Amino acid sequence: MAEFFAMGGYAAYIWPSYALTALVMVGLLVATLKGLRSREATLKALEGSRPPRRRARREAAVHETAAEMGEG
Amino acid sequence: MHRFANPARFLRLSAVIQPWAAGATVVLLVVGLYLSLFGSPPDYQQGDTVRIMYVHVPAAWMALFVYVNMAIAAAVGLVWKHPLADLFSKAAAPVGAGFTAVCLVTGSLWGAPMWGTWWVWDARLTSMLILFFLYLGYMALVNAFDDPERGVKAGNVLLLVGVVNIPIIKFSVDWWNTLHQPASVIRMGGPTIAGEMLVPLLVMAFAFTAYFVSVVLLRLKSEILARKIQTLRLNDAQGR
Amino acid sequence: MNRFLTLVGRDLRLALRQGSDATIAVMFFVLCVVLFPFGVGPEPNILARIAAGVIWVAALLASLLSLERLFQNDYEDGSLELLVLTPLPLEAVVLAKTLAHWLVTGVPLIVAAPLLAVLLNMEADGFGVLVLTLAVGTPVLSLIGAIGAALTLGARRGGVLLSLLILPLYIPVLIFGAGAIDAAILGLSPRPHILLLSGLLAGALPLAPWAGAAALRQAVE
Repeated sequence: MAEFFAMGGYAAYIWPSYALTALVMVGLLVATLKGLRSREATLKALEGSRPPRRRARREAAVHETAAEMGEG
Repeated sequence: MHRFANPARFLRLSAVIQPWAAGATVVLLVVGLYLSLFGSPPDYQQGDTVRIMYVHVPAAWMALFVYVNMAIAAAVGLVWKHPLADLFSKAAAPVGAGFTAVCLVTGSLWGAPMWGTWWVWDARLTSMLILFFLYLGYMALVNAFDDPERGVKAGNVLLLVGVVNIPIIKFSVDWWNTLHQPASVIRMGGPTIAGEMLVPLLVMAFAFTAYFVSVVLLRLKSEILARKIQTLRLNDAQGR
Repeated sequence: MNRFLTLVGRDLRLALRQGSDATIAVMFFVLCVVLFPFGVGPEPNILARIAAGVIWVAALLASLLSLERLFQNDYEDGSLELLVLTPLPLEAVVLAKTLAHWLVTGVPLIVAAPLLAVLLNMEADGFGVLVLTLAVGTPVLSLIGAIGAALTLGARRGGVLLSLLILPLYIPVLIFGAGAIDAAILGLSPRPHILLLSGLLAGALPLAPWAGAAALRQAVE
């Protein structure tokens, strides 16, 4: 086992390479998920805060924009 | 193509694909890591350092692959005004920059024991460094405007200019490098690849691709939500 | 064509009336080169060896200086929107403004460069090639720079951003420009370098106005 971790004497180069790769990939994933969660929360708060009568109209407006984006 | 332009439809599709891509990433990474750390022999010349290749080379492939995809999306965004293509480049750029950084640092970590130096102005290393700067420039430009729409559009033009320039930069750097051969004798290029090394390399490359797909889908969703939030806020401001 | 020349003339007059742009670029160029002997020591052989590269790098940086304002004033006072509406194609507008920029900042650099080459003990074989490569290369710098200037219009911290975007794209010009001088000094033919540099100019001449115009359209939209 110790031999495996020694990597033929090159442990000081090999393990940092893999560690950095893992760090970048996990870091990007975590940052992405965090951003996604916070935006989902913001969106929910925005949609929840409006009075129900106007809310329907707003949602229609959002769908309209989405459709416009689609046509463009 | 415009069938996928509707964000709602895209979100439904992405919700189907995303778990599969994430699952594939995990499975491929486990298999790839096993193969590259245990299941492959050390190189007869480079010893165990060859294991760095299994993250270094796929990262380099991804760096180029992501940039080319962003440039294609930029062209689609500019010509057909496709809204998701615009968002794709913005979502993919940090992932591409991350892979480029991984490629550069692992290359350096590989070079230190093999070439005896952390950095050489080799044509490939130099082009990769410039690609990294192109990524950073794109990300800085996209985020520099108060209106995100404008940032994304300016970024698209920059991506197309960059993709025209990449072959020119590559060629000029190759040429410059052959003129100024480094004085020390350095064996360039990786080892000639044997089959038992090619398999882990390819598995890792597919793992990185699957990772890219799953993360970009999440980032795209996040960008779409950001647009929605912006629209809602604008409506609120106008309604008042 | 008349409209094109009118626009070039207008920009030149504006630049000369404000006066300082050309002188500042040249002074920056000279100072930048003069700093190097202090950094690497006054040893004539070392200075002669790095002269070509130093002068070219300084030229790149000097041409960046005034790029930020290439479209900025017109954008802020609204004349850019009028320029978009003129019968002259926007690509020609970009080309005219780039030409004016080059005449104001590029040409003085070419004039000042031989003087700096003397200060750095550059070998006599390199002088002609230095002027020639700068004459071919600085228009490419202005053209690529025009794309960056158009892209960063209205951006936060536009000036710093501009250099970040543009400098990586300048690398081929630097390689061929400095390479030609080195080749001439070493007794090789600088011809291939100069031909490649001319190729870059031939490529940038249609592409840069096109990309710049696309970026300007987004800016005034």
